[in-house]
Amino acid sequence: MALSKQLRTDLTGYAFILPNILGVVLFFLIPIVFSLVISFTDWDFTWGIGNWNWVGIENYIEIWKDGWFVRSLINTIILSFGSVFFIIIFAIVFATIIDAQCYGSIPIRLAMFMPKISNIVAISIIWVMMYSPWGPVTQLLQGIGIENPPKFLGSYTWALPAIIFMMIWSGIGYAVMIYSAALQNLPKEVYEAAEIDGAGPITRFFTLTIHFLSPTTFFLIVTTLISMFQIFAPIQLMTQGGPGSSTSVLVYYIYTSAFSFYKMGYASAMSWILFLLLFSVTLFQWNYQKRWVNY
Amino acid sequence: MGLIAFTMVIPFLWMLSASMKISADVIKLPIDWIPDYFYPDNYKVVWNLDGMGMRNYHFALAYWNSLRITVINVVGSLITSALAGYAFAKIKFRGSNTLFLMYLATMMIPTQVTLIPKFVMFSHFDLIGTIYTMILPGVFSVMGTFLMRQAFIQIQEELRESALIDGAREFTIFRRIMLPLVQSSLASLAMVIFLNNWNNYMDALIFLPNWRLYTIPVALTNFFDESTVTYNLVMAASASALLPVFIVFIAGQKFFVKGLVAGAVKG
Repeated sequence: MALSKQLRTDLTGYAFILPNILGVVLFFLIPIVFSLVISFTDWDFTWGIGNWNWVGIENYIEIWKDGWFVRSLINTIILSFGSVFFIIIFAIVFATIIDAQCYGSIPIRLAMFMPKISNIVAISIIWVMMYSPWGPVTQLLQGIGIENPPKFLGSYTWALPAIIFMMIWSGIGYAVMIYSAALQNLPKEVYEAAEIDGAGPITRFFTLTIHFLSPTTFFLIVTTLISMFQIFAPIQLMTQGGPGSSTSVLVYYIYTSAFSFYKMGYASAMSWILFLLLFSVTLFQWNYQKRWVNY
Repeated sequence: MGLIAFTMVIPFLWMLSASMKISADVIKLPIDWIPDYFYPDNYKVVWNLDGMGMRNYHFALAYWNSLRITVINVVGSLITSALAGYAFAKIKFRGSNTLFLMYLATMMIPTQVTLIPKFVMFSHFDLIGTIYTMILPGVFSVMGTFLMRQAFIQIQEELRESALIDGAREFTIFRRIMLPLVQSSLASLAMVIFLNNWNNYMDALIFLPNWRLYTIPVALTNFFDESTVTYNLVMAASASALLPVFIVFIAGQKFFVKGLVAGAVKG
């Protein structure tokens, strides 16, 4: 029996995507639906599958009365926006300077990039030691005359800034890499014209470079925010959310609720709040890209 | 600028320096950046060579676990992503647009959403603490499918059409003509998936509560969790975990950077 041409194409197409579709359905689609379903229940993992009560949107209301959740959400936002702000400023300046100097730019960029490819567990461990009383950070501060440097990770006020500082350090290299790629494509004639008109390097940076790099900046803000919203390992390893709840973040709180207290329904509801947070950044990107990016 | 770059690698230099010290010297002030007394035996303890040290940390086993999980997942994802990416880009089968939209939608959902259901699923099938928890979901990559589709879509249509007219089968075209043309995209994707798997901490932490299957990130925390933290050992273990990746990175930096830039578009 001869198959029609379209049917044969269909069969070939589905044969190609079959392995992939199986995986996506099993490990992405079904879990997503399941997560949404149990977020409307009071399910405790120890009760066994199926033994749950429907509670409607109660989880989504209760979390706002949960001090730990609210604090974790606020911390996540402070940490993300705080680190992204400094990463962008430092990276744009560093990338411009690296671009302007003739030699050594590749090893310098590689050196800055090292944290990005490093295991986050190793990084967290190194920074616990960096911040310890006998570590280099404390030593440096004492060296420049600060008598009693804070106990960074053990301090209610300083723990979150300390982690933000570490995230800035680990995030700069990637942003520099992306900016450097963008800088290669700047219109050289405009710069030459500006130079002839007597604009110095600083003026050119503020009037031209920042302007031309705005699409890259926009892209970096969105992608870095998205990855910072999902920070987990440094918190779990360095502070366990403490002291108190001062460094607890969303993913860490989801993790403890689900895997220490087995409150699967509640934790799933929180993971959907995380989704909404990420989704709103993406929506913002879609809507404001044109208005914000002026080139 | 060289100075700033130097400041940025200080944490790594400090790690190397501390990993070569005896534990009393690590906390000695002021800091000796070059140890007075070199003690490379820390590495022997970490790797359990010559039966040194108080206990066996099974670090070599963790390396082996990380390596096999990563290799299986890289190879697996490349195959599934290339096949599906090709179908989405080139084969005009019915329903392909709807399916592709579904893929795009899944990309928006953070992994934390699927973590709990996956844990429940694996518990139900008694898979927690087995390597399958890492490789069954690991050999699929929605982001990879997306990137491969983008790579295949840029290849001219005539190439495939003329081969079809010559009577070539779709799979032959895919393997003999198309795959060689997207080699650099495959290499970039391989780098990104390698990095994601090699550094995957959260999944390993939750799905592999079994020391025989500890991966490097989880094994590292072992040195850290002890009641008496031996800082020189922790640093030697961290250095052992990081150095091979630095070497791979420097060797393949071209693909790495391209892949990371492309992978980042997904966010």
